Amino acid sequence: MPQKSAGPGFESWGRYPKLDASVVPLNWTSDFPLRPPPATRMLPVGAGRSYGDVCLLGHGTLLRTRGPGLSGGMDRLLDFDPATGILCCEAGATLGEILDFAVPRGFFLPVSPGTKYVTVGGAIANDIHGKNHHVAGTFGRHVPRFELLRSDGTQLICSPAQNANWYAATIGGMGLTGLIAWAEVKLRPIVSRRIRYTGIKFSGVEEFIALSEAHAKSEYTVSWIDCLATGHNFARGIFMAGEHDTVAAPLKRSKPARLSLPFNFPEFVLNRWSVGVFNALYYNKQHTKTKNAIVDYEPFFYPLDKLQHWNRMYGRDGFLQFQCVLPWEAGQPGLLEILKTISSSRLASFLAVLKVFGDAPSPGMMSFPKPGITLALDFPIRREIAFDLLERLAAITLEHKGRMYPAKDATMTAGQFQAFYPQWKKFAAYIDPAFDSAFWQRVTV
Amino acid sequence: MPARRFPTTVLALGATSAICEATLRVLAERGARFYLVARNQEKLNAVAADLRTRGASGVVTHAMDLDDTAAHPAMLATAAQSLGTIDLALLAYGVLGNQAEAEASYAAAEEVLHTNFLSAVSLITWLANYFESMGQGTLAVISSVAGDRGRKSNYVYGASKGALNIFLDGVRNRIDRAGVQVLTIKPGFVATPMTAHLAQGPLFAQPSQVARGIVKAIEKRRDIVYLPAFWAIIMMILRLIPRRIFKKLSV
Ligand SMILES: Cc1cc2nc3c(=O)[nH]c(=O)nc-3n(C[C@H](O)[C@H](O)[C@H](O)COP(=O)(O)OP(=O)(O)OC[C@H]3O[C@@H](n4cnc5c(N)ncnc54)[C@H](O)[C@@H]3O)c2cc1C
Ligand SMILES: NC(=O)c1ccc[n+]([C@@H]2O[C@H](COP(=O)([O-])OP(=O)(O)OC[C@H]3O[C@@H](n4cnc5c(N)ncnc54)[C@H](OP(=O)(O)O)[C@@H]3O)[C@@H](O)[C@H]2O)c1
Repeated sequence: MPQKSAGPGFESWGRYPKLDASVVPLNWTSDFPLRPPPATRMLPVGAGRSYGDVCLLGHGTLLRTRGPGLSGGMDRLLDFDPATGILCCEAGATLGEILDFAVPRGFFLPVSPGTKYVTVGGAIANDIHGKNHHVAGTFGRHVPRFELLRSDGTQLICSPAQNANWYAATIGGMGLTGLIAWAEVKLRPIVSRRIRYTGIKFSGVEEFIALSEAHAKSEYTVSWIDCLATGHNFARGIFMAGEHDTVAAPLKRSKPARLSLPFNFPEFVLNRWSVGVFNALYYNKQHTKTKNAIVDYEPFFYPLDKLQHWNRMYGRDGFLQFQCVLPWEAGQPGLLEILKTISSSRLASFLAVLKVFGDAPSPGMMSFPKPGITLALDFPIRREIAFDLLERLAAITLEHKGRMYPAKDATMTAGQFQAFYPQWKKFAAYIDPAFDSAFWQRVTV
Repeated sequence: MPARRFPTTVLALGATSAICEATLRVLAERGARFYLVARNQEKLNAVAADLRTRGASGVVTHAMDLDDTAAHPAMLATAAQSLGTIDLALLAYGVLGNQAEAEASYAAAEEVLHTNFLSAVSLITWLANYFESMGQGTLAVISSVAGDRGRKSNYVYGASKGALNIFLDGVRNRIDRAGVQVLTIKPGFVATPMTAHLAQGPLFAQPSQVARGIVKAIEKRRDIVYLPAFWAIIMMILRLIPRRIFKKLSV
């Protein structure tokens, strides 16, 4: 019988909102369904790397697939076939643990988000995307099969051929359709840890789009953009492209991260001026227009993972993320409006990312990505200002036929969500009757 | 000290314990072969699949309740036969028990003492004779820092582990000269299902960290190891507190 944790509550990465729930660690897939069933609604959670409330449930029971201290738990690797690259693992295994196993064997993740500390269950439930979306699509496209456990004890093996509707509902299903017990992930071969990297400075959205088109064949592309700069520096940024190096080199396992931000920054540390200085330094760190380098995959894919708990930088109150995708038809004017709204808000944000999504269809009914341009950035919570800004950004997104990403959201309204995802009613039929989330309560009132 | 070959055949008693599983993963990556004993077949299957995937060259599972001492000799003989020879036997199962219940009833105290001490005595007796006759091998037993001094908050569990420590000291003195390593492992707080109900403070170690320490202690042929190592200092201080003060503390 798993026991209730009396430890600190479960927070999402943005540390907002703060909702109390009891946490039940699942150490074995056979721990679910809980015996006896809890008196409250439930929600599976992984590493809590979602930003808003998609992994929260006030007064509910969180089924955590990672052990206390976020190691252990449902993290077993159940099978690996080097001939096909298919790894089968329990849903609590993190992408970092998969890399530790796969890289020395000459394999790599099919899709990587900006942190390796997410679980496979979380990666499926938000159908996450990476720097290779324009060529590889979402994570769910590389998950041939998984097992879904329902609270009534039903066990469903799901694939595009078997229980196909459950497969589609669960990929991007935000944990609401049941507990993913294990999943298969199709890895890709590599011969080196190294990435051949090119960084190109750009100025303006048009140049960004031109660079994305010119590098459409690069496996990984992403851009950092300065959202504070105005005037002739407006929408300046660095376009980054990368490929796995094809020259064989030793495939060692990564060393564990040691640096950690031990305490919360006071609010005043991150402000318009300090972030402006950071952005200017970052932009000017690269002196030439184009820079080529060979870098390890860790800093290329997971630059922020070097500093554990970097989210404490935003102070105790936490922060808000905003990520939208705008379809090509309306993309450029919509993006300009969003960027102008942000820069004139004077709200500090230095982690802003711009990327082109490709047209490989997502397998999930509720998946976020669609062809177009996506922008992601975060804002410290400063009383009502950040909330007002996000409301405006959501309105602009809607006006330009885009949509927002539930994994990074704490503010969209029910009306907005239902307009972004008109298929939500069809999806609702697949929700486990004992499951719920704070996000779902908010967007379906 | 003779150079040691890394253990390639491993008998794990209580293989579904989080600390044990983490230790076995380290050994699996180096290609070891396993005989896993624990009481739940479903969990054993998951552990076995994981070890195979990570590189184990063979895994056999055996489901039994280790409280059943009468069944120990047959199980151990089967394990020895299946592995060929046993390089390493790791005793990892245990129960924390409930101190309040154990204070109120002997039956509850006896359960803890039976699982943590008496059933271990049964296994260690057989294994000590086995290793002595082989003239090699490692007998590694997970005890606890709680066995170093009786404390009001968990003395029944503490007594079971303290008795285990004394028993192992004696066994070591008997078979060390036959070339057998007897390793007493004393972890501090480790974040595992056993302690999931406790608030996780900064003193908590991760099972993977303790696992690396266990493997290192085996390689270095240590007798006793505190994991993480700072617990040796904490326990030394705790043992040095005069009894007249200690008995007034709320630890
Ligand atoms: C620094 C950083 C960078 C990021 N970069 C990207 C990026 O580039 N692209 C991107 O798409 N996302 C990105 N993210 C977001 C992150 O990838 C997703 O939020 C991911 O879902 C988090 O996984 P998790 O294991 O932490 O799950 P949690 O946040 O704990 O949960 C996420 C969702 O998954 C569900 N879930 C978890 N486990 C299970 C299970 N076993 N069965 C069923 N449902 C389950 C939960 O109910 C919840 O709805 C980033 C996050 C951070 C912190
Ligand atoms: N965690 C700590 O802080 C800590 C500190 C010091 C020492 N220790 C010791 O470390 C060892 C491992 O514990 P852990 O922390 O890894 O906890 P754990 O994951 O809860 O492991 C305990 C294991 O013991 C098994 N077990 C209990 N009674 C059994 C029986 N009669 N027969 C067979 N198996 C039985 C359990 O099996 P089931 O899965 O079937 O229940 C479980 O696998 C224990 O000896 C413990 O006393 C732990």
